[in-house]
Amino acid sequence: MPPALVRRITPWAVTASFFVLWEIVCVVFRVDTFILPRPSQVAVSLVTNYAAILMNALQTLYTTLVGFVVAVAVGLFLGMLVGAMPSVYAGIYPVMVGLNAIPKVAIVPVLVIWFGIGTIPAIITAFVISFFPIMVNVATGLATIEPEMRDVLRSLGARRWQILRKVGIPRAMPYFFASLKVAVTLAFIGSIVAETIASDRGIGYLMIAASARFDITLVFAGLLVVAIMGIAMYEIFAYIERRVTFWATRGNEMVF
Amino acid sequence: MNPFVQLTNASLAYGAESERLLAIEDVSMSIAEGEFIALVGPSGCGKSSLLKLVSGLHPAFEGEVTVDGKLVTSPISICGMAFQNSTLLPWRTTLDNVLLPLEIVEPFARDFRRKRGEYEARALALLHSVGLSGFEHKFPWELSGGMQQRASLCRALIHDPRVLLLDEPFGALDAFTREDLWEVLQALWIEKRPTVILVTHDLREAAYLAETIYVSSPRPGRIVSRTKVDFPRPRTLETTFQADFIDTVHGLREKIARH
Repeated sequence: MPPALVRRITPWAVTASFFVLWEIVCVVFRVDTFILPRPSQVAVSLVTNYAAILMNALQTLYTTLVGFVVAVAVGLFLGMLVGAMPSVYAGIYPVMVGLNAIPKVAIVPVLVIWFGIGTIPAIITAFVISFFPIMVNVATGLATIEPEMRDVLRSLGARRWQILRKVGIPRAMPYFFASLKVAVTLAFIGSIVAETIASDRGIGYLMIAASARFDITLVFAGLLVVAIMGIAMYEIFAYIERRVTFWATRGNEMVF
Repeated sequence: MNPFVQLTNASLAYGAESERLLAIEDVSMSIAEGEFIALVGPSGCGKSSLLKLVSGLHPAFEGEVTVDGKLVTSPISICGMAFQNSTLLPWRTTLDNVLLPLEIVEPFARDFRRKRGEYEARALALLHSVGLSGFEHKFPWELSGGMQQRASLCRALIHDPRVLLLDEPFGALDAFTREDLWEVLQALWIEKRPTVILVTHDLREAAYLAETIYVSSPRPGRIVSRTKVDFPRPRTLETTFQADFIDTVHGLREKIARH
């Protein structure tokens, strides 16, 4: 088989084997559905609960994306500020690291007190959890400009913002896009955490409600949907990354 | 004639009060307009610091530096720089890299959008003169080290700087490529006649290219000798095998050894 084809097929083959293995383990060891439902049962649950899953998945997608978009805006802005100005960096960092260290589960009850249950806490949790990696990566990209590159521009009499525009921002782009892949999956986690704790909508809520009814198969269906949405988002941003910052990989696509 | 670049008892220091490190001490130099000088010396003797001083990237700690009669206190945009590392921007094509100074230096930047075609023609002509025709749309990482340095020279020269500051531009290249680029640089200098300050630790390079060679002592750098080199131009690889050339290089080597 040509290597390109192998590379194309492998992810699908591995994923399929994973489910097949799962199914076999369940059948061979007679695992109770209540403990671990078989993938085939999960698939059936997916189809029969199609409407409820779709509605809740869209809600989760909505809160995730809104939180994520805000995180991109704030992360990009703070990252540029922190990366371009070392004094801001020194001032803002302890607070940021502290905020990031707080388990996001812990802030959801506070958000509920402030905003009630539902959409807003999920959006905020998605935002809070995902903006940090964006900010750090953008700041790193800006702060690690080679001094000589900066000197080339400075010696031409470039102003600060010109250096930022011509060198800083383009150079930070690979860092930025790399962080988006991570951030979007984190945003999903944030949304779902908030939904499981305090919401009446969303995949997180669906799973909690299902487990309360001991409908473990539906819980797994929810997990599967979350995983699929996560993969889809990751792939979208990985694709954009490859298109926009191809120069960072220097065209050295791994070829076997 | 007034010197074009003048350093008067200039010193340069890094770091604050207590741990101040003197990189250059009490250097005086007069460089005429259009002159090609080389500064050689042991590594870590503050050669690069001297370029920072002249370009205005780093202020003088003591003494003063003037370029074209004006005291240098901040970066002067009439200079072009090239480094050992080509520092081309990897997200720009070779052509766009060469155009970069025109996007920043006035009066070019003002009309950049309107005159882009004209500027491109100028960049292409320059790339042609260093033998890079056909590579203008390649990205820097698609070029060899020698080609990157050629492009870097073009970028340093595109805005017709009156001072060209070169910091070991060929230091990372193999001997054959380096010698090719001596020829390229010499041709560019003869054509455009900028004032050139070349920092190098390659004595043959200095003797091949420069009209005046300054030897610097170990840190803190002080000028310990000044040698005029008057081999006829254009110099060729043959020149480097002549007895008087070898004597010159030998003499320089001894001056460095002594300090």
